[in-house]
Amino acid sequence: MGSVKIELRDTLFLTFRELECFRQKFSRFQDYGACSIFIGTMRDYNEGDRVLSMHLEYYPGMTEQKLAEIVNEARKNYEVLDGLLLHRVGDVQPGEDIVLVAVWSTHRKDAFGACRMIMEELKSTAPFWKKETLAGGDRWVEKNTPGK
Amino acid sequence: MTIHVRFFASLREQTGIDSKEVDADGLGTIRDLWCAVTGRPIDESTLVAVNKTYAGPESSIADGDEVAFFPPITGG
Repeated sequence: MGSVKIELRDTLFLTFRELECFRQKFSRFQDYGACSIFIGTMRDYNEGDRVLSMHLEYYPGMTEQKLAEIVNEARKNYEVLDGLLLHRVGDVQPGEDIVLVAVWSTHRKDAFGACRMIMEELKSTAPFWKKETLAGGDRWVEKNTPGK
Repeated sequence: MTIHVRFFASLREQTGIDSKEVDADGLGTIRDLWCAVTGRPIDESTLVAVNKTYAGPESSIADGDEVAFFPPITGG
């Protein structure tokens, strides 16, 4: 069984460089028939307002634990040969990627399924909170948009 | 019985509390603990974790527990 790397990052990550670096470490290249990738990016607007920047708060200890549980649960339901999960914390600027979920499997059914399951579970159960900075002040984002 | 209580995000700002040690003798549940600390009923949208695992307002508390209150999550 391969591995799933999970990391919280407090600075900008370059998503496609991360993917390429991760791929370099694959030891079973010939086993992979599919890769599914989700990238979440910060928009410069929300609820009709221009958003200047954002702060991502998390619960140290619980957030990492929950992400590991989510990945483990996905691996019970889908074949995951390797995976990469990165999530920003701290200050984020528009256009920067917030989250990366990449899953490598033998077939697309497992890659798609696991990637989606990890992302949807993350959105609904991993403790992160967004605070937006607008021209007129700060506000907490109160809910996520549904993914299904 | 001492409980380490933490608030995150908007709840931290609303309560003005980041974390505090609470003498919880006589308090049986998370709901009781919330009321004792904030002086108001718990909102049903509030999420709770005990020792970094999700719990509900009727969950019981024990000496030394870390109890965290936070609003609906918005990551990803």
